[in-house]
Formats: sequence, structure tokens, C-alpha cells
Amino acid sequence: MRFERREHRPLALVILTPLLAIAAALALSGILIAAAGAPVLEAYWRILVGAYGSRLSATETLTRATPLMLTGLAAAVAFRARVWNIGGEGQFYLGAIAVAAVGSQLLGNAPGYLSIPLLLITGAVAGMILLIIPLWLRLKFSVDEVVTSLLLNFVAVLVVSMLIDGPLKDPLAFGWPQSQAVPDVAMLPKLVFRSRLHWGFGIALILAFVIHFAQSRTVFGLKSRAAGLSPEGAVFAGVPLARTLLLVACVSGGLAGLAGAIEVMGVKGYVTTDLSPGFGYSGIVVAMLAGLHPLGVVLAALFTATMFVGADGMSRALKIPSYIADVTVALSLITMLVAVFFAQYRIRR
Amino acid sequence: MTETVLEIDRVSKSFGDNKANDAISMTLGKGEIVALLGENGAGKTTLMSILFGHYMPDEGCIRVHGVDLPPGKPRAAIHAGIGMVHQHFSLAPNLTVLENVMTGTEKLWSFRSETGRARAKLKSLAERFGLAVDPDARLGDLSIGEQQRVEILKALYNDARILILDEPTAVLTNLEAETLFATLKEMARQGLSLIFISHKLDEVMATADRVVVLRGGKLVAERRSAETSRDELAELMVGHRVARPVREAHQRGEPVLEAAAVSVRVDGVDRLKEISFRLHAGEVLGIIGVSGNGQTVLARLLSGTLARSSGDILLYGEAIGDLSVADTVAAGIGRVPEDRTHEGAIGEMAVWENAVLERIDEPRFSRHGLVDRKAAVAFADTIIRDFDVRGGGPLTRTRLLSGGNMQKLILGRNLAERPRILIAAQPARGLDEGAVAAVHARILDARKAGTAVLLISEDLDEVIGLADRIQAIVGGRLSPPVSADEVDARALGLMMAGAWKKEAA
Ligand SMILES: Nc1ncnc2c1ncn2[C@@H]1O[C@H](COP(=O)(O)OP(=O)(O)O)[C@@H](O)[C@H]1O
Ligand SMILES: [Mg+2]
Repeated sequence: MRFERREHRPLALVILTPLLAIAAALALSGILIAAAGAPVLEAYWRILVGAYGSRLSATETLTRATPLMLTGLAAAVAFRARVWNIGGEGQFYLGAIAVAAVGSQLLGNAPGYLSIPLLLITGAVAGMILLIIPLWLRLKFSVDEVVTSLLLNFVAVLVVSMLIDGPLKDPLAFGWPQSQAVPDVAMLPKLVFRSRLHWGFGIALILAFVIHFAQSRTVFGLKSRAAGLSPEGAVFAGVPLARTLLLVACVSGGLAGLAGAIEVMGVKGYVTTDLSPGFGYSGIVVAMLAGLHPLGVVLAALFTATMFVGADGMSRALKIPSYIADVTVALSLITMLVAVFFAQYRIRR
Repeated sequence: MTETVLEIDRVSKSFGDNKANDAISMTLGKGEIVALLGENGAGKTTLMSILFGHYMPDEGCIRVHGVDLPPGKPRAAIHAGIGMVHQHFSLAPNLTVLENVMTGTEKLWSFRSETGRARAKLKSLAERFGLAVDPDARLGDLSIGEQQRVEILKALYNDARILILDEPTAVLTNLEAETLFATLKEMARQGLSLIFISHKLDEVMATADRVVVLRGGKLVAERRSAETSRDELAELMVGHRVARPVREAHQRGEPVLEAAAVSVRVDGVDRLKEISFRLHAGEVLGIIGVSGNGQTVLARLLSGTLARSSGDILLYGEAIGDLSVADTVAAGIGRVPEDRTHEGAIGEMAVWENAVLERIDEPRFSRHGLVDRKAAVAFADTIIRDFDVRGGGPLTRTRLLSGGNMQKLILGRNLAERPRILIAAQPARGLDEGAVAAVHARILDARKAGTAVLLISEDLDEVIGLADRIQAIVGGRLSPPVSADEVDARALGLMMAGAWKKEAA
């Protein structure tokens, strides 16, 4: 028995497998829900209501999807060129803290049309730098970037805690470690009035399309794919390997840094060490769910956010332990990954 | 006739409408070496995969020592004493030789590791069959030939009495192949039975006791190798007479590429030492040598992926500095690399992408950084048509092409541009008879059209058949040229052993 890549994917299969995956995840988590003594069918209904049942919950889901889209894109772009960026979490935090620092210390009250773009770029550049270091180590000394980019996550988070407990500490936060806030004019405008949904969602969506275009139509997209698929083949064809991978790292690190920047400028306004419930790591899952396709990332991020927000709502509505919600989310991600795999591969006897 | 150890009885297997094996029956005797001969796609791998339990046959059965083998169970095959050396190795590069040999046999729930016993067994097997390898070396650090030895050892370690080797020489150098065949013969002498797959006639004739020829999924002939000939086998395999194209006399032109005392140093070792040659338009200059003597480095140097450390290179009569790949391509130098699947083409990319990748920055294929996909696909279409690339269109993933068709694509993307110079490294390595003829014909066509061809090859027949003049490369040094009409295989063999040095001294 072995697995074999499908050359043609029937449309029915592409649509059916994810639905089957959701059904399987729900069935499995249904066992836990029943064990907790809650009505299973109502629980399913509550997931849907929790994610999309009201204006508030729907905008909340989209707000949650925004950073996932960006970190998902960051992972997808890198993985496609075989740059194993596991450091999305660190890049996210470094982007966030860079925005808080520049926004609170340097900008004063510059008008929004100046400060917003400037801060977005600041966050992206911070993320880039954190990924260029591991890539440089790989190109120069063949140090595996899986390890270095992963370890830099901890470095980044510790630097952030140091800063928000030290030079950037907000004196008005009752002693909580929390950074000073970016000025109100530098906050991203809301997309929907009286909700948390902000323009970052639009930016992420646009970037997904831009990246899709770049990968499928541009010379750079072609070369970076070649570099990822076969370094020897790329070199033989004259693709400058180091330069191409560095550019990929800039895009990937930049996207993850931007995710942090946008989370600060769109939602919180300041940085704490629980700004991200693992957005950087979830981004990797999102990218895998999407088969590394940039437009797929949008769908995968929406799905992941739906499960997060919906399962949360369900556990609150039915008063069942919140870990059941977590298990439901995890199960749905696993079954979906299996489904994606079987949509791409078949079993051969 | 000796005792029969293996019987394949009317085995059939289809993939969709494609009948890969059609009622094939054959036997294998104790101590016998059988060659399974056939072109790419003839169904050899499929048949052996069924034998080893990787695939379920649609019909038919396998008997080992008269006992039916349960179909589709590799474990049962191993248990019955069948060992398989795959066409694409199935070893883990990050484990040591010993660990690789042991994986799959060690019980998961055993607390004690069997390392000591395994090491002793491996050592005795290695001695018995002359398969020397360091048990503690990391597999990824070994050469391809050594890795193959480990695959064989692994099969022997599992007490294989019947050994199947799928195209064992496709990845080997000539020297490694000779060593391998000596080993195989020794194994047969000690009572093991062997089936090896090949599409190379010479090695089949030299090694096998019996030859089984497959064509289009059917067994078309069975011959004792003592009672057949190269030509007959070639005809049986392809289904019609094949003749390698012959070189016609023809006037050569001006020198276009000259090297004068060029040296190349890689990682502190001199790989090319003051080599000199002069390549003329409209001629084929053959560089013959045994692998490891500098052919690869020479090909890389002239393909723009390696820089020289000293010496002069004259291109079209002018001294030039180091050329990048882009410069090389722009200067009208076509390049056929020796490693088709890693360098020549990127398997996971589409045919059209591989067709244009090295020229993607040219304005006809991209503008303002945007790929002109239509033009690129059209270019790929032209190559497919003009160079008879079969097995897919421009949008097919290149990995799905057979070796011969992949090589036609690579040759095509170079020759379609009418290059003034063609650097062809091992252009026919691993190809079947029909594809070899096609590739050779293309090279001779290019020569006729005035292209200067540098043919870097370790295949004597190929060089004698195509080259006008021949230089041998030994230990990074290049012999003076001899005219191909004045030497025979024996004289070339001496040159490849470095015989000219003594004359010069
Ligand atoms: N897994 C597979 N799925 C579909 N077709 C296959 C598969 N394996 C082999 N084939 C087809 O079966 C035929 C025989 O292939 P194979 O046994 O690999 O030939 P050989 O080893 O002689 O080159 C070919 O036409 C090939 O395309
Ligand atoms: Mg085969």
C-alpha cells in the first residue's frame, strides 16, 4: 500500500472531503459533549450560533481570523520555498512591540495617514529581521532554520516581557506588565461600526490576493518555487539561490510581523504577553490546511477562527468545561488535515 | 536444470486501462541470474513489485519453493526469503548503516537492543560477499554505490535467498557497476538466486544466465544469454530494428571555445589541472573518462556553475572572465547536465516551466517581472513537437515523463535555440535503446548544423560513435586529442587509464 499524488482532483472530492472532516470532528467531540452531560445536537447548533449567530459574534470571528490569515500567509509563503519558518510567533511579537515602541515613543501625535502606514511598515520590518537571522545562519553555516527560528520565538517573547516590564511599561496600568499604548490616531479604523472588526481584515484579504498573483504570475514567484523545490535545479537554471531565499524570508517574516502590528493597531492598542494565543503556531496549521495556497489560507483561517469562537460560545452557553471546546477545535483541525491529505493523494494497492 | 526456487504464474496487473503486466509467467532456478530486460514502461518494476508484495496482482500467483505466496504482503515475501533492492532507494539518510540494516527487523517491544549481534552478522555478510562498508557511517555521507551496497546488505541481513534488483546500474558509474556485477556473480555462485532489471544490453549479456524480455506488459521472449546476441535482444526489446545513428564525414569550422591551462579547485582540492582543449564549430569533441576523474567538474565549469582558479578561456576567440549561468545561456552555450532529475529539470514543476526557467528573464518570456505564460507554453509546445517529447503536454508535471522524454525536453530547450556550443554531459546515461538513438541523432544533427559539441561521457561506444576527436580525462588532467578514426576501444581504454602520460614523459 502506498500514497500517490492525484494528478486530477475531481470537484466533488474537493468539496466533499472537508465536509466529511467536519462531520467526523463533530461526531468525535460529540462523545465528549455527551459525556459532559450536554445535549449533543444543541451543542453543534451552539457552535454555529457562537460563531455567526449575531452581528457581534460574526465580527468577532472575522477579527479572530485576521491575524491567522497573516501568520498563515507567512508560513505558506516560506514553506513553498522550503524556508522552514517556525518563528511566526516571535515575529508576531516583535512586530507588535516595535509598533508599540515607535507608536508611543516617537510618533507623538502625527496624523493617521502618516503614522498608520509608518507603523505597519515598522512591524513588518521587525518581523523580517527576526527571520533573516536564521536564514542567514542557514545560508552561511548550514544551520537548520527549523531550530533557530523556533528558538527565536522564546527570545522574542522574553525581550517583549522585558520591555513591557521596563522601558516601555505603561505607568497607568496598575503595575500590570503592559506596554504604553499607541496614540488613538494611529489605530486602524473600524470596518464595522461598534464592533472590534477593523481594517486589518481588509489588508490581510488584499495581501492574500497580492501573494497569489505574485506566486502564480511573476518571475519572482517562479524562481522562488524553483529554489524551494530543487536547489540544484534552480542553481543550474541560473536562479540566484541566496538572494531568492532572502527575499522569501523578508516576505514571510514581514507578514508575521505585520500580523503583530495589526493586532496591536486594530484591537488592543498596547502589547501584553498574552496578545497572541499562539497565532504564530496556528498560522502553520492554517497554511497546511490551505495546502500552502494563499487563497486557501483565507478559507483555512476563517475555518479555524470559526471553530475557536464557535466552540468557545458553545462551552459558555451549555456550561460545559472549556477544555471540551479546545478538544473540539483540535479535532476539527486534525480531521481537516487528514481530509486535505486525501484530497491530494490516493491509496494505491 | 537446477531446482526451481521461484515461479511467477500468469500474473496480470492493470492500472486503469493500462495493462502493465499481461499474464506473465517465468521461473528462477537456484544459483541462477536472470535479467529482466525491457524499455521504460515495459512493466518490469510492476512485476517485481507484485513479487515483493507491494502491489496486488489482478490475476495469477507467485510460488516460492512450490508454496503460494500470499499476495500483497511484503512481510510474507521477506519471510519467504525474497529481498528487494529498489530503483529508488528506501533507506534513511540520517541513520547509520547498521541502523538502516536493522530497521524493520528489530522488535518494537524488545527492551534489549540487538546491536551487538546485528553488527557481527553484518560484518560476516560483508566479508562473505565482498561488500565492504563502515557500519557506523551515516548513510547520507556515502556515495550512491555504497548506499546500494547497504540496500543489498539489508536484504541479505533479512536472510534473503532470492534477490531482486531494480535497475541497479542506472545510478552507478561504470566502475561501480562492474564491482556490483562481480558481487552478484559471487552471490549466485554461493547459491542465491537473482533477478536484475536492466535495459542495458551489454551488462545483461555479460552477467545473466538467462534473459527474459518484456515489452508492453507482455513477456515476448526468453533466451539463454549464451545463445543470443546484443542485436537480437535490442530488436526483441524495442520490437523493431534499432540502429544507432552514424556520424558522417563533415568539414569542421573555426574554433569557438578554447581552454588554455585551466585549473579548478574545489574545497581545497585541485579537480582540474591545467587542462587545454580547442573546440571547433561543427565538430563533436569527446571527453572520455572514468567517473571521479573530473568530468563533472569540467561540465560544471563550462555550464557556469563553477569558477576556475587559474588559466584562460577563449570564447569565440576572445578571452573571457567567469561566466554566470545567465551569461553562459546568453552567449549561446547550450547545457545538458549529467544529473537530469536533480539539475536538468525540476520534477515537481510543469514541463513549460522547465522549458523556460533558464531563459525566464528574456523579454520574450517575461515583461516587468511578469511571466508571459502564453509565450512560455508555446515555446514548450514547440519543443514537444519538434523533439518528439511524449508522455505529456506543457502543463504535465515533469516528474511524470520517462527519463528519455525528460532528456529530449532538456536537449530540446537547448537545441531549439540553435546554440553555437553545446556542453553535453552523459547525455544518454540511463536511457533505453530507443531514447539513446534519438538523443544521439539530435546531437549529430546539431553538429551538422554547425554547433560545436563538447561530449563529456564515460560510455566508450557513445564517444566512438559520435566524436570526431577524443581527449581522455584522468585525475583532473586532459590528454592531447586523438582523431576518432585512428583509435579503437582498446586504445581508448589505455588512454582512460592514463597511458598518454608516459609517452609525453
Ligand atoms: N502506480 C502506478 N499507477 C499507474 N500506472 C502505473 C503505475 N506504476 C506503473 N504504471 C504504468 O505501468 C506501466 C509499467 O510501468 P513499470 O512497471 O514502472 O515499467 P518499467 O519498470 O519496465 O519501466 C507503465 O505504463 C506505467 O506508466
Ligand atoms: Mg522501472
